[in-house]
Amino acid sequence: MQADPAIPLLDVRDLCVSFPARGRMVPIVEHVSFSVPEAGILGLVGESGSGKSVTAMAIMGLIDTPGAQVSGSVRFRGRELVGLPPRQMRRLRGRDIAMIFQDPMTAFTPVYTIGWQIDEQIRAHERLSRTQARARTVRILGDMGVPDPERVAGRYPHQLSGGLRQRAMIAMALSCNPTLLIADEPTTALDVTVQAQILDLIRSLRGTYGSSVLLITHDMGVVAQTCDATLVLYSGRVAETGPSGRVFGHPGHPYTAALLDSIPPLYGPRPDRLPAIAGAPPQPVERPPGCAFGPRCAHVHAACTTAPPALAPLGPGHAAACVLPAEGTPLPPRTPAWGNTCP
Amino acid sequence: MTDTPPHAPLMAVRNLSKTYHVGHGQHLVAVDGISLSVMPGEMLGLVGESGCGKSTLGRCMLRLTDISAGQVMFEGRDITTLPERRLRPLRPRMQMVFQDSSACLNPRRRIGDLLAEPLRVHRGPDGRRRRAADIERRVRDLMDLVSLPAGALARYPHEFSGGQRQRINIARALALSPRLVVADEPVSALDVSVQAQIVNLFADLRARLGLTYVFVAHDLAVVRQVSTRVAVMYLGAIVEIGATDDVLHHPAHPYTAALTAAVPRPVVGAPPPPPLGGDIPSPVNRPAGCRFHTRCPYVQDRCGVETPALRPIGPGHEVACHFPLAPS
Repeated sequence: MQADPAIPLLDVRDLCVSFPARGRMVPIVEHVSFSVPEAGILGLVGESGSGKSVTAMAIMGLIDTPGAQVSGSVRFRGRELVGLPPRQMRRLRGRDIAMIFQDPMTAFTPVYTIGWQIDEQIRAHERLSRTQARARTVRILGDMGVPDPERVAGRYPHQLSGGLRQRAMIAMALSCNPTLLIADEPTTALDVTVQAQILDLIRSLRGTYGSSVLLITHDMGVVAQTCDATLVLYSGRVAETGPSGRVFGHPGHPYTAALLDSIPPLYGPRPDRLPAIAGAPPQPVERPPGCAFGPRCAHVHAACTTAPPALAPLGPGHAAACVLPAEGTPLPPRTPAWGNTCP
Repeated sequence: MTDTPPHAPLMAVRNLSKTYHVGHGQHLVAVDGISLSVMPGEMLGLVGESGCGKSTLGRCMLRLTDISAGQVMFEGRDITTLPERRLRPLRPRMQMVFQDSSACLNPRRRIGDLLAEPLRVHRGPDGRRRRAADIERRVRDLMDLVSLPAGALARYPHEFSGGQRQRINIARALALSPRLVVADEPVSALDVSVQAQIVNLFADLRARLGLTYVFVAHDLAVVRQVSTRVAVMYLGAIVEIGATDDVLHHPAHPYTAALTAAVPRPVVGAPPPPPLGGDIPSPVNRPAGCRFHTRCPYVQDRCGVETPALRPIGPGHEVACHFPLAPS
């Protein structure tokens, strides 16, 4: 399989996922489209319930809830994954697309050693002897910054610290040299100093392994410092997408702007009150007919309440699902309270 | 009321230690000889990474856990060994807000009932049981205080969002008009857009009710927003304490500097800081000497041998380091 530069590594078009609840289908993810280029890092950001994890699970073909519906298209190197038979999906999963989860404690089984579990993953996809597999396991653990990898490979998950467990899980994900790594809140359970180490590791993956990363997080700071491009989800729909510099510097969607404003600044003047967004995101069954953010938006007006706004282009690769740009009143560039400098 | 004069600390701990026995003859020293005063009206932020003892310190202050050594003073009175029966009359004046807003609320009881409970359990300031009409009025006032509709009193906890549930918990902590509120990671489980509302609520309540807070959190930006003073903890001890912006913007301890540098800033293009190496050592096997020396980029021979004590380096600013960083 050689990479064709014209085809993005991962191309998601019009992805919809709905789950049955109380006798009807509830749409959790609606018409989500994005692509991840070769060696790119895309950040999927949103609050809890925005559908970011469900999107990842749909890409991986891991939605097995009875009655759940997945429609749209997920193309990996041009190959359609939606509706792929489980046998073929299984061959792809772990080898070409790997995933890491928020909680490494539950992702590893507690009854086998870390090394045994990584060996097993390698041997499931490649014909290698146990010795060869273990040699690769130890090498990758070392690459991930695990001190004394041979000893760590012989330990059980509960014997490792949270940071080491997360490194071991990234090692397992990378053991078959996947082209795409999906990382679902990989640093949320970690302390900030350890989070900084893991983010540094994730950023280095494209250089050392040539991997693309789809990074799912709720933390705007993590996205800004890690991802080339950003996709903001709100209530199961795309609110905004674009190069990270544009999304953070000149957000086109009032939700993105309000979300950035509501982060307390660590530097610069301290506001008396934080510009908070009133209310809470709607439940999927109670989504309003128009813009899902409408009820909490400072710019809401009649045009917002009829149908969900389409993505309006704002610049190269930058678009926001908002009526304001089309009405000729786009949001002004942001002057971050954070300031761009820090002592 | 045993009112303390305004210049005396509302809460003080002296050489406070909390040790847990973890089996095999080993001890986990969660809090290791901390001394600290909280002045009335102050908002003290306790920050540090998981396992640093910040939550344990908060619980020790309210005597929610037994104390291994040292002293806890509340309103100038030693409460370290006060029996529960004599502690109970003080409880209304010291309250706690927890991180997990749903775990704190009985799912089978209505909000109005949950808010009324502390008012029924504790006697009023006149020493008599509160009357039903007074309780009902107070519950309505509390809902108003935290901006929840009084019509929601008949609803159950699961009918509220996470942010609303945390408002209910705050209202319940405030039901008995406490002077001191210890809040343990009260916004960590909330989404950013909701977190800002609760952070603002804490600030409003302090202004309206003259509350004193101890705010335990790992998020430095949140702590900066709510605190007048910050104490940074590492492995059971305070490594640096001082006015919020003195500590966060001009850190003197290398750990504080690493902690502030590691916060991901929502600004594109800011070069990510070089991460601090290694993991936090286990509090069961704490390193000798300075507890941070195993990860410190500026470590010297002395640090592995001699434990640095907190010493002043500026007005109200103390640091436990042999070689404090120069103010930037």
